[in-house]
This record gives sequence, structure tokens and C-alpha cells, in this order.
Amino acid sequence: MNEVTVFIMGKGYRVPAGLTIMKAMEYAGYRLTRGCGCRGGYCGACATVYRLKGDYRLYADLACQTPVQDGMYIAQLPFTPAERPPYVLDELKPEGATLLALFPELARCVACNTCTKACPQKLEVMDAVQASLRGDIRQVAELTFDCVSCGLCTMRCPAEISHHHVWQLARRLNGAYLTPRAEHVQARVAEIAAGKFNGELDRLVRMTRDELVAAYKARQIEA
Amino acid sequence: MGTYPKEMQESIERVEATRPARLAAQPARLTLPEQEALLQGFHPDHRAEGKRKLRVGPSWGDPVPHELADLLEAYPLLDPGAVDVTKPDCDVDVLVVGGGGAGTVAALWAHRSGIPAERILIATKLRHGDSNSIMAQGGIQAADKPHDSPAIHYLDVLGGGHFTNDPRLVRALVEDAPEIIRWHEDLGVMYDKAPDGTMSTIHGGGTSRKRMHSAKDYTGLEILRVLRDEARSRGIPVLEFSPAVELLTDAHNQVVGAVLWNLETSEYTVVKAKATVLATGGWGRLHIQGFPTTNHYGATADGLVLAYRAGAKLRDLDAVQYHPTGAAYPDQLVGLLITEKVRGLDAQPLNRLGELFVHPLEPRDVESAAFIRECAPPEKGGRGLGVTTPTGMIGVWLDTPMVDMIHGKGTFQRALSSIYRMYVRFDIDPTKEPILVYPTLHYQNGGVVIDEHGWTGIAGLYAAGEVEGGVHGKNRLMGNSLLDYNVFGRRAGIAAAGWAKKAAPASPTLAHVERYVGELKAAGVPPTRRAPLLLPEYRGERALARMVDLL
Repeated sequence: MNEVTVFIMGKGYRVPAGLTIMKAMEYAGYRLTRGCGCRGGYCGACATVYRLKGDYRLYADLACQTPVQDGMYIAQLPFTPAERPPYVLDELKPEGATLLALFPELARCVACNTCTKACPQKLEVMDAVQASLRGDIRQVAELTFDCVSCGLCTMRCPAEISHHHVWQLARRLNGAYLTPRAEHVQARVAEIAAGKFNGELDRLVRMTRDELVAAYKARQIEA
Repeated sequence: MGTYPKEMQESIERVEATRPARLAAQPARLTLPEQEALLQGFHPDHRAEGKRKLRVGPSWGDPVPHELADLLEAYPLLDPGAVDVTKPDCDVDVLVVGGGGAGTVAALWAHRSGIPAERILIATKLRHGDSNSIMAQGGIQAADKPHDSPAIHYLDVLGGGHFTNDPRLVRALVEDAPEIIRWHEDLGVMYDKAPDGTMSTIHGGGTSRKRMHSAKDYTGLEILRVLRDEARSRGIPVLEFSPAVELLTDAHNQVVGAVLWNLETSEYTVVKAKATVLATGGWGRLHIQGFPTTNHYGATADGLVLAYRAGAKLRDLDAVQYHPTGAAYPDQLVGLLITEKVRGLDAQPLNRLGELFVHPLEPRDVESAAFIRECAPPEKGGRGLGVTTPTGMIGVWLDTPMVDMIHGKGTFQRALSSIYRMYVRFDIDPTKEPILVYPTLHYQNGGVVIDEHGWTGIAGLYAAGEVEGGVHGKNRLMGNSLLDYNVFGRRAGIAAAGWAKKAAPASPTLAHVERYVGELKAAGVPPTRRAPLLLPEYRGERALARMVDLL
């Protein structure tokens, strides 16, 4: 088996090449509680920073998605404290000033782009900060849709912005207020409340297995 | 990009050669008898050696996978001498065990039903939101288009479950579905829509109408993070890294809370509650029959263990859902979910020769059985037409370039951005090359028996989401798990709030656990076996196991 040496919080271990950082830590004997969640790149629990041999940069990525390299120095971030101001969506207006009023630290952005470089999802994080400052809620929502709230941008941000909370609010404002409602959903809810399907459902619930099988086979499948 | 090894590359050339003909033709569906024959022959549930009958508890005699039987027939983790349950650390009206989708929805609706936020507690094993709910990619079903109806949805669910579902639960599922979508819109979930607000909906396996609503291929993430944010807005308390290790009961056999275990400080917390909602999710991390899994790190069937000891009945746990399309190459991705939406957008499964061997959208169990038959060697009755990787994995192609060819350039990256991102990290461009897939352990079809209000039949105990059973019978369709946790999370939250307003719990005890230990001893269960599991064990060589033990 091909092996590489990695340093987990400063301590060296030989692990098989090709493992992800997460599996390498487990191979080395760690039983993870913090720093491990969905193991598939969706939950943002496994934010990790690392350095490579002979390279001055501090890299950031998700431990479950990143293969180890020889000489890698690894430290997991168990948690990123981030400020979320109290708000209730129904009491907010989808206006440009809303984001800045709740997250005034947005104005401290110095456009250093460190957030973008830290993003494991390769999102245009700084562009989203700038869009927030301009009050362009829809653009913030679109730019940050793939955010997994790992907190790496927040940890690296010199302006101390709590990015993922800003994005969450922008997406909710966009979804609730700036996107037209589905009228067919409202109509169907009203039909159900009026009992339009009760007779048909009552009949289905009472059917024998054979009757159900026949009805199932007779379904028309939408092309 | 051409990053596949040479032998795999040769097979890709065959895939490309058959593509023009496949693009021009309509694949055929299997008849019910053909489906049945495939399941009997090749679905892992039909391997008798994978299961055994339970020897203790309320579902005595029911067959379940050995991996689950070992946890149900096991002694408590909790040391009764180490904790005084008559002195609670915390007293609430509604305790929600599990902070994924079902738990968060239950807490929100208990609150809307009049329970003050500070009288609710969500206790969860990892972080609030860490769950299978957050990983769901493809979508959520709801019959809300004019040419669809809850009755048609009902038939699809029943047929997908091979007519083994509980009709009352299916009715609740399909009748509440449009209301759930409307609630999500109120909360600000960004569903995929046309500019006029009409939902973009597609087919899922086994659906007869295009009723799959999605939010790109981050549907689960988008819904869950909105629900979690709403719970934060409402000030609902959450205790993280604190799984329940036992339920509490009183002298009247009511469930009156739970004992939590702080994973970081190794301390017990005794929570007394008037009503308890079990929302602990499923069993994927038990790696049933050695399969890799798409599931979250915490999916270890804890809730089944706790509820069973308290006297809850279980059902349909002989039926394991293997998702047809788990990644099979490269090694780092093995077992991870490739959403059914890829097939919903017309990508086809192909064998080594580039032949389409099954309709892309059969119900999941049938589709998985077809993949296994295609890969199994002829001496085991299979066709031996899988593609083998350099590390000995085997799989079939999913012809992903078809998505953009049929739906227009840019569709894949827009509609399937998480899958695209996952492969590009490993220098595979799924818009140009097919990807290799094989079935992976995905869902617990069965679970704790409930009624249409999420009530388990034990006073004070409710269940919602993957931990409960009956909604999907022996096989769940795509898009009905996100719907399930919303429908039954809501119903369980409302019912729990109603019970909490009139409940009169007596002093908490572990009497039910003592009774259960008596049964275990009488059945001769080895004393070394302990449960709940809480976390899977991957230290040392086990970190590698999921990469190599597939065949």
C-alpha cells in the first residue's frame, strides 16, 4: 500500500495515500465527534485548515472531501462562533437596507478576498458581501445558494462578518418575498381543505390489495 | 478529461458509440411480475442469511438484519447506578430527541400549538441540523399540479411500497403535502420555479406524475437550513452533542423524558418531559450486509433501540433501501449519493458494453436489483457485465452527458451543482464522461409503529421521520422522505403539544429498562452486547473497510 505522512495537530502518522483527511484521521486512531457530520460535503461540520511542506499558505477545506497529501499539516476547526442577531422573518421587509441594519459589520469589508479563497465550495464569497452592501438580496441569495455554513470564511475574515447568517437571511427574504408564489400550490391547498379529494381517498383507503394492484396498473404515466 | 484508467476508458468508448441510438429511443418499463422476479433473485433483502428473528421484545419473531438484531438484543449503555433519574436536571413540556428535519419541524409545530419556546428542548447527537435530512439532494413530492391529485400520489406510494404501507399514514402523507410546500414558501425556501412562480417539477422513480419539487440538488440542505433558522428565530433551545441513551417511564408506563449523554464531558443529563418526540433518524451507519452508505455519521438506529425497550412495536425492518446510484469510482467517493434526479433528467444506466439494461426510473429496490444482476457473475445467476475499477470495485455507468444533450448545455451544472462539484474535485467532468455507480445503503424503510398523529401507542411517546415505519411500507419512493419528516414532524409536534397540556407524569424511572434486561437474560443474550451504538467505529483499518468490502 502506498503511504504518506501527515501531521494531525502536529503529530506525525503514516496513512494510506488517497484517503480523505477525515478517513486519515480515523485511520490514525481518532474517533471523531466534533468535525464530522454528513461525510458527504453537505453539512459543513468538518472545516479544516492545513499547510503543505515548503508552502507559506494556510489552506482551508472540508475534511470529508479533501484527499491527504504527503507532508500535510492538518488542524480541524471544531466550531466557528458566529453572531446571529434576533429576527423574525414576518417582521422584516425585503429591502436593500435590511441586511446592513441587522449585520452592520458588513460595512467593515476591506475587499481582501480572503473569504473567497477560503471557501471549499468555491463560491464568490466577497462578491456576495459586496452585493449585501448594495442591498441586492436576490444576487446574494443566488451567489450563496451552495453555501454549507462551514464557517471557514468567517474564521478568516478580518472584518469579522458572520457570513453564513447573512446569506441565510438573504435567501429567506428572496424565497419568501422576492419570488412569485406558486399559484397552483395555493389552489390545491384550498381544494384539499374543501374536501375535493375526500371521496376518492376514502375509496382508495378501503380497497383490497387486488383492487389496488389493478388501479396501480391502470395508471397513466405522464410523458 | 480522460482521467479514467485505460480499461474503463475502453468501456466509455462503447457508451459513446451506443449513445445516438439511445437518445432516439424510449426505454421500456418492467411489468409487476418482472419486477417481482428481479427482487426475488437479486435484491439483498432476499438473502435469508442476512436476517434473523428477534428473540425478545414486542416484535418477537419478526426478522430484521443481524446488524439491527445485535442492537435490539443488547444491554443498556447506561449504568443505572451512575444516575439518579428521580432528580431531573431539566423539566420541559416537550422533549424532541434528534435535531434533524423531523425534530426541528416537531419543535416548530409544538411551539405553534401553544408550547412556549423555553418549555421545549431539542436534544441532538451532533450539531443541530446534522442529519440525513440535510444530505437529501433530489427533491420532495407533492401533488399540487392541476393534472395530478393526492389520490394519484397515494397510488404511486402504495405501488412503490408493494402495497405493504399503512393506508392511514399514506393518506396523511399525500393530503398534507401541498400544505407543507406552501408552509416552506412562507418560510422562504427557494424552490426551483419558473419566472411566474410555477414549480419546476420532474419525475422520480415510480412516480406517474412529474411532482418532484427541488432546490437544485441541495433540496435537503435548503429546506433544513431554513427550518433551523426559523427555530433559532423562535428561540427554541437546542442541546448539541447530547444523544439520548434511554427513555424514562413512570409508574403508569408513560414515557416522561429521557437520559442524555454529553459526548464531550461524559456526563448524564436527566430530562423530565410531559411529551417526548423521537426523531432520531435511521440506520445507514450499521452498514447492513457490508454495504457502504450514503448516510450521516450519526445514523445508528438509536431511536429504535430506545423505543423498543419502552415497549414500542416495530415494522417493516426486514426491508432495507439500497439507493441504486451510489458512487463507485473514484475510491474517495465510494458510497456517496448520486441523486435520482440525474436519472430524472434522463441519464441512463448502462453496462460495460454500453447497453441500457433497465428503465432508468423503476422503483428504487427494483432498479438496485437490476444493477446487482448486471454486475453479479454468471455463476451466481448474474450477467457479469459490470465495469471493474483498478481497486476491485464494480459498477455500472450512469450516462451523465445525456443530461445536457437532452435538456441543453449548462443544465447539469445548474440543476446538479453538488454532484458536478463532487466529481470535478477528482478531475472527472460528468457533463463529458459517464460516472460509475453501484447500489449503496440509503434508507430505513420501516421503523416504530405510529398512528396518523405520530403517536406510538405508548402514552407520551411520539415518533417522526425515518425512525418511524408504515408510511413507505417495504420500499420508499424518492422525494417521500423529505415529505415524510415534514408531514409527520408537524403532526407529532401538534399531538405532543396537545398531550403535554393535559399530561400528569409521575416520578421518572428506568423500570422498563430493568424489565427488558430481565428478558435479555432469559433469552441468553451475551452480556457484552451494548446499545445504543451512538457512533460507528471507523478507527484503524476500519477507515478502509468501506472502500474495499463491497463484493
